[in-house]
Amino acid sequence: METLFFLIVAAIAVICSLMVVTNKNPINSALSLIMTFFCLATLYVMLEAPFMAAIQVIVYAGAIMVLIVFVIMLLNIKSEAGRRTSHALFMGISVGLLLLVQTWYLLVKSSLSSVRGTVDSAMISKVGHTELIGKSLFTDFLLPFEITSILLLVAIVGAVVLSKKKL
Amino acid sequence: MAGAYLPIILLLAIAVCFGLGSLVFSSLIGQKKLSAVKLQPYECGCEPVGSAQERFSIKFYLIAMLFILFDIECVFLYPWAVLFKRLGVFGIMEMGAFMLILFVGYIYIWKKGALEWE
Amino acid sequence: MDIFGDIPWYIYFAAMILKVLVAFVFVLLTVAYATYAERKLIGFMQVRIGPNRTGPIGLLQPIADGIKLFFKEEIIPAQASKFAFVLAPLVALVPAFISFAVIPFGDSIQIAGYKFPLQIAAYADKAGTVYDLNIGVLYILAMASLGVYGIVLAGWSSNSKYSLLGGLRASAQMISYELAAGLAIVCVFMVSQSLSLQAIVADQSGLFGWYIFRNPFLFVAGIIFFICSLAEINRTPFDLPEAETELVSGFCTEYSSMKYAMFFMAEYANMVTVCAVMTTLFLGGWHGPLPSVLNFIAKVYVLMFVCMWIRATYPRYRYDQLMKLGWKVFLPITLFLIMGNAIWMTLFK
Repeated sequence: METLFFLIVAAIAVICSLMVVTNKNPINSALSLIMTFFCLATLYVMLEAPFMAAIQVIVYAGAIMVLIVFVIMLLNIKSEAGRRTSHALFMGISVGLLLLVQTWYLLVKSSLSSVRGTVDSAMISKVGHTELIGKSLFTDFLLPFEITSILLLVAIVGAVVLSKKKL
Repeated sequence: MAGAYLPIILLLAIAVCFGLGSLVFSSLIGQKKLSAVKLQPYECGCEPVGSAQERFSIKFYLIAMLFILFDIECVFLYPWAVLFKRLGVFGIMEMGAFMLILFVGYIYIWKKGALEWE
Repeated sequence: MDIFGDIPWYIYFAAMILKVLVAFVFVLLTVAYATYAERKLIGFMQVRIGPNRTGPIGLLQPIADGIKLFFKEEIIPAQASKFAFVLAPLVALVPAFISFAVIPFGDSIQIAGYKFPLQIAAYADKAGTVYDLNIGVLYILAMASLGVYGIVLAGWSSNSKYSLLGGLRASAQMISYELAAGLAIVCVFMVSQSLSLQAIVADQSGLFGWYIFRNPFLFVAGIIFFICSLAEINRTPFDLPEAETELVSGFCTEYSSMKYAMFFMAEYANMVTVCAVMTTLFLGGWHGPLPSVLNFIAKVYVLMFVCMWIRATYPRYRYDQLMKLGWKVFLPITLFLIMGNAIWMTLFK
C-alpha cells in the first residue's frame, strides 16, 4: 500500500519534472515545477519529515516560484522558448546520464546502509520533527545558523543593487 | 501518523472533482454564441491596442525577491518559537543576533527607497 | 509504518469520509450564504433592502445565482493562453477549500468506545490519544502561499491589460501581507510551544486562556494577523486587485460563467478559512459556554460579520499606501512584537 502510493507520487514527480524541460511555454514549465515540488513535499511527509514538507511548499512553491513566474512574465520570454538547438539537447542528455550513473554508483558502492543517525520514527513521533530540527539548529549548528543571517543580508543588498537604477 | 494526512488527500480529490465538474458541466450546458468581437480582451469598448503580456515594473520583481529573503527568516523563526521556552535566555540572544543582522538589511532597503511606490 | 494506529480500518475510513463530506458541504453552504449575508448586511448598513425577491426575504438568492452562472456563456478570449486560463480558477479554488482540513472545529466526541477528534486531518487510537498534523499551522500557511498562483495565472493568461495589472498588484500585495501574517503568528507558537492545532486549542481553555488575552504583545499580534489576513485574501479595504473604479474587475475581468463563480467562491472560502484560523489561533478555538462545535461556528460567523462590516465602512486604500502599510508598518511592528513577547515571557513566567 505504502509502496504503491510512493510509486504513484514518484511517477507524477518524474512526469512533471520531464514536463518542466519539454514544455514550450515557460509558464507551463513553471507550473510543472510547482507540481514537482508538491510531489517532493508528499515524499517528505512519507519520510516522516513534515516540517521539511511544509517548508518545501512555503519557500519553494510559495516564494521562489512566485519570483520565477514574475521573471517569466517580466522578461516575456514566451517568444524565445522555440529556440532550442540539438546541441543543447545532446549536452543535456549526456550530463543527465552522467549524473544518473554517478548517483547509481554512489548508491551501490557507498556505505549508506551502515551509517545511521540517532533520529528514528519513534523519536520523531515522540519529540516532533520541528522540535528535533530546532534543537539541532539552535545548539549544534548555531554558527551556521548565525552565518545564514549574514548570507540573507548579502542577498538583501544584492537584490536592491540589482534592481535599483540609481543607488 | 500517516493517518492524519489521508483525509487531506480525500479532501483534495473532492475539491478538484468539484472544481473540474462545475467547469465541465457549465461549459456543456452554457449557451455558445461566440463572435470574433466577443473573444477580444475587454478594453472599455475600444479596439485593444497591442498585447497585454508586456514587460512590467521591476518593483514587483524586487518585492518578490525581498519576500523570499524575509520568508526564509520567517521559516527560521518557526522552530525557534516552538522551542522558545526550552532554549531560555540563550535562545533569545541567538535569535536576537540573527534578527539584528536582518534588521540592518531591512533598514538598508528602507533607506535605499526599495519600499517606495512612487 | 502503521497508518492509523490500532483502530479498525472501517471505523477510520467511515469517520474520515463523514468528516470530510460534512465539513465540505458546510463550508460550501457557508460560502453560498456568506454572499447573501454580505449583500443583505451591506444593504441594511446603506439603508437599502438587499436581495429580497428570490424566496422568503431573498433566501434562495445564492442558489438562483449559482444556477444562473451555470447557464452563462463560457468565453475564453482568443488571445488567451488557454491552458493557464482554464487552470487558474481551479488553482484559486482548491487551496481555499483544502486549507481548513487541519482546523479543529470541535472537541473530540466518544461514540461506541472510540474517540473521534472533530478535525478532518486527525484520528485517535484506542487509548484515546489524538494524532493530528504536528505542523498544522504551517500547512495553513503553505496553502495560503499557493493562493497567489490562481490570481497571477488568471491575470497573465487573460492577455488583457486590466487583468495583468490586477493580477500583478494582487500577487505583490498577497506576498507582502503573507510575510507580516506569518511573522505575527510566531508569537502564538512562542506561547503554545507547538505547531499542532489540537495542542494550540487545548491550551486556550477559559476566556483568559485565549491567546489574544495572554499578554499585550499577543493582543497586537492577533489584530495585525487579522488585518494582514484580510489583505492577503484581497478583502476590502485592501481589494485593490479588483478595484472596479480603475481596473474594471481586476484579474477576473475576462472570466465568465462558472470560472468567474469559482474565483468568487475561492474568495469567500478564503474568508471562512481566515476567520477559522483567527478563531483557532487567537480566540480560543472551540472553547466557550456552548457545545464545542457551536462555539466555533459562532466565533467564525462573528468574525465574518466583522469582515462584512469593515467592507461596508472603510474606503479602499491606494496602492502605494497599501504596500507602505505592509512593508513599513506591519513588518517592523511584528519583528518588535516577537522580541517584545520573548522578553515579556522571560520576565513574567
